[in-house]
Amino acid sequence: MPTISSRRPRGALVLSLGLLLGLGLPLQDAKAVPVQADWKKIKAPPLPTWNPQQPKQVQLDNGLLILLQPDPELPLIDFSVHLRGGAQDEPAGKLGLAGLYSATLRAGGTRGKTGDQIDEFLAARAADIEVGSTSDGVTLGANCHKADFDAVLGLIREILAEPEFRQDKLDLAKRQRMTAISRRNDEPGSIAGREAMKLALGPTHPLARHPEYATLAAVSREDLLAWHKQHLHPNQMMLGISGDFDAAQMETRLRAVFGALPKGPAYQAAQLAFHPTKPGVFFVSKDDVNQTNIQLVQLGIQRNSPDHHAVEVLNEILGGGFSARLFTNIRSRQSLAYSVRGGVGMNWEYPGIYRLSMSTKSESTVQAIQALYAEVNNLLTSLPPTDTELALAKEAILNSFIFRFENKSDTMDSQLQLLRHGYPVDYWEKFPAEIAKVTLADVKRVAQKYLNPTGFALLVVGNAQAFDKPLTTVGPVTNIDITIPPPPPSTAAQKK
Amino acid sequence: MITTSIPPLPVPKRARMPQHVLGLLTSWVLCTAGVTPALAQDVASFEKRTTVKVLPNGLTLLVIERPVSPVFSFYTRIDVGAVQEPVGQTGLAHMFEHMAFKGTDRIGTKDIVKERGLLDKVEKAYLAFDAERRKSYGRDEAKVKQLDEAWKKAIDDAEAVVKQNEFGELVDRAGGVGLNASTSWDRTDYYYSMPANRVELWAYLESERMKRPIMRQFYKERDVVNEERRMRTDSNPIGRMIEQMLATAYTAHPYGRPVVGWQSDIQSWSATDALKFWEQNYVPANMVVALVGDVKSAAVLPVMESYFGRLPKGQKPPAVRTEEPPQQVERTVVMQDKSQPIYVEGYHRPDYQHPDNAVYRVVSDLLSEGRTSRLYRALVRDQKLAAQAAGIASFPGEKYPSLFMFFAIPTPGHQAQALRTAIHHEIDRLKSELVTDDELRTVKTRAKVELLRGLSTNQGLARAFAEAQQLYGDWRQVFREVDQIERVTKEDVQRIAKTVFVPRNRTAAWIETTDAAGKGSK
Repeated sequence: MPTISSRRPRGALVLSLGLLLGLGLPLQDAKAVPVQADWKKIKAPPLPTWNPQQPKQVQLDNGLLILLQPDPELPLIDFSVHLRGGAQDEPAGKLGLAGLYSATLRAGGTRGKTGDQIDEFLAARAADIEVGSTSDGVTLGANCHKADFDAVLGLIREILAEPEFRQDKLDLAKRQRMTAISRRNDEPGSIAGREAMKLALGPTHPLARHPEYATLAAVSREDLLAWHKQHLHPNQMMLGISGDFDAAQMETRLRAVFGALPKGPAYQAAQLAFHPTKPGVFFVSKDDVNQTNIQLVQLGIQRNSPDHHAVEVLNEILGGGFSARLFTNIRSRQSLAYSVRGGVGMNWEYPGIYRLSMSTKSESTVQAIQALYAEVNNLLTSLPPTDTELALAKEAILNSFIFRFENKSDTMDSQLQLLRHGYPVDYWEKFPAEIAKVTLADVKRVAQKYLNPTGFALLVVGNAQAFDKPLTTVGPVTNIDITIPPPPPSTAAQKK
Repeated sequence: MITTSIPPLPVPKRARMPQHVLGLLTSWVLCTAGVTPALAQDVASFEKRTTVKVLPNGLTLLVIERPVSPVFSFYTRIDVGAVQEPVGQTGLAHMFEHMAFKGTDRIGTKDIVKERGLLDKVEKAYLAFDAERRKSYGRDEAKVKQLDEAWKKAIDDAEAVVKQNEFGELVDRAGGVGLNASTSWDRTDYYYSMPANRVELWAYLESERMKRPIMRQFYKERDVVNEERRMRTDSNPIGRMIEQMLATAYTAHPYGRPVVGWQSDIQSWSATDALKFWEQNYVPANMVVALVGDVKSAAVLPVMESYFGRLPKGQKPPAVRTEEPPQQVERTVVMQDKSQPIYVEGYHRPDYQHPDNAVYRVVSDLLSEGRTSRLYRALVRDQKLAAQAAGIASFPGEKYPSLFMFFAIPTPGHQAQALRTAIHHEIDRLKSELVTDDELRTVKTRAKVELLRGLSTNQGLARAFAEAQQLYGDWRQVFREVDQIERVTKEDVQRIAKTVFVPRNRTAAWIETTDAAGKGSK
């Protein structure tokens, strides 16, 4: 009885009642809520109007921007310091500098405390101060019990004012990053992600390039000190604080700690150039896998584009979720993948990457590539977006919009992001209305404009011996050599 | 949609960015005693907003009011995992989890009567094909081919009445986020979040898929799961190694089998097998459903009762009988591979009900948590051998006797053997000298935070409470565990090290990088 989908009753009255209820009959219990047999009959009461609590914004005379978001739910405080300058600002010979800076800022200790002493100080309080970097910034984040906040804030001040960047912790950070380099070709998915960025943007593009042994070896303690000096200015910084505190008192404390910092030069963002992706078919050989990683990439758009609301809707239709085209057609219908995703990526200050990616067994590699292209082509020709898809995509985006502000700290983080990237503070407030305005014609227009099927660089990582057809079926193939450049001889001892 | 708790990927420990922080300790005292009063406050605060109801069919409902924003999250925990699978059907618990997204007889179909007939044909065609292809002699290859084609045609025919992914579509349309599920050796879980006005739709969807699953697109989904296996295991060096390691550490108990299933099993299950598995295991007594968010339990419990109360009562399946016999001799797995070295070793330990459960947590934290932990300081900071090193308290599960697992990722130029020696040195230290008071205090403070860290979100609360309710019959265990950890002594730590971390109880596995891949990557 493979297709019988309800459990066989086992003879008890309870069971037959259960089955009857399944057909929509009322429960015997007068208080009980009637069960609907058909989901279409289930009514959703309107959501009450809800205005998420907005953080308080303070700007000090020295330019420091502070967001305060009181949230008494837990006796905890979450503190973050956002600095400008990230991997995209590194000199080409010292790639990895921003990462080493962030790894050593707190771990390397201060003038008065070694990193190990800081570790112990924080561990005893189960508090955390950690620093991370991205392509365009460095963030120091801390969290602690409110009773420890003064001590932790004092430590943060010390770390920012008097970091030592001790050599042993810089060496440790280098060892960890060199370990990552030595392992970067072990997993096909990470090869695909890394190499696809280089194809989309160009191999030396600041958002695509990556550290090598030699560039890490070239970074000295003096470089970290210089980086710190260059970026640690209040007018290049933002603070975000959420948790159990009084906003006025907190403002006073932060003014006392950070108000005296002298204003520095304005941040000079690296000018990134974006050129259209060079189309072509690229192949990385990996013969110890039975699954091929496929990526189709080209430039996406910037979030301030007038088209971007329509693109949000288009992305939802193409790759938004369980009911989107890629999932339904490539995975559910054709069984070609477990993981398949895609969309026209958007970034705040520069174009994102328009990417379709999937992994499929070696024996269906070419079939899968063709299936991905077919999804794009179908959207543009034989199977354009429909009214039904438009309605579903808009409902999904609008109804889930509320999750952007699920917790108070989320609201603050959204606000920080807008301020940081120079977007209007009412960007999210206006977002639902803008989505609601998107028409089918808009979606079709942006699909034609951005889904360009001839603009892709196609990257294939896998075992060509096992492919269903030669990769040349889809075009002339350029092989990519991912051999890891060995460390320069002078650093061989250092990485030990 | 599968969780196997495989150790973190071999990426160096990066700065851990503060998530939405610590936890739930409403009065959290540092470095001194006072844990019990603090806990009492926590429990009291949750007593007021937590409601538990066991329905006549055996299903347990939990509602926790947390009015932070007009949304809710839920977590359905089924006390069924890969350990329940019969021989030859590894991976079926996980496969069933995938099928729970395929809809019901009312969701996902254009015509259920027609579809039932078509699916019946698919199943008959498959069983005929399978019987022929499995003949050990007298197999007629032409017939196999013909039956294979007939089966595939039946699959194609059945597509005509499918409304593709309507279940996911309904969740998406209502504003649901984070729709997913996972399967482990011990349990299967389902979860997502919705706007607060969709409780009834959610209760409908969640109860319907537990009540009326349908094996729609079963054989297509089997191939999808096979892709998942290729991604997580076959094409991933850590996945390959852990699979071999567990198969070696366990000779009898099903913890030695992969959750995703052996490939031959994946290619063999029938929809009939899957429904049988569901019928035996998806009984209400095996289910805990926790709902957390901006809801009033007085309003939502009756809705949940009505919908989940429809599930017919069933007998809880028998517990797994097979026990892993005591290990008599060290076992090792040496995997020659093109990837970089990794070292893992595991020691058999008792299940979560054992009085020493909290001691293993303490040992794990002491060895692994943060920059003051012993393995970090010895292997990463001082000896410069490892980029990452840790000891995991319980792997691959906890319901049955599992493993205390050590793992380490060497820095370039170091082989797995050096890590082995260094880990054993740390184990010897645990045996020969008591840990210090400061260390133990730090570990206890940290353990409290780690334990409660996940509870500051709707989804984290739903998960933790559902788990405690299912494993201990009481959500308050979430808080009691802190007390149990607080009572662990230095002598307990030493005793565990001396009795458990011994060579004949050990299974070690490591990767030896073969020359072929060494080029350029050394």
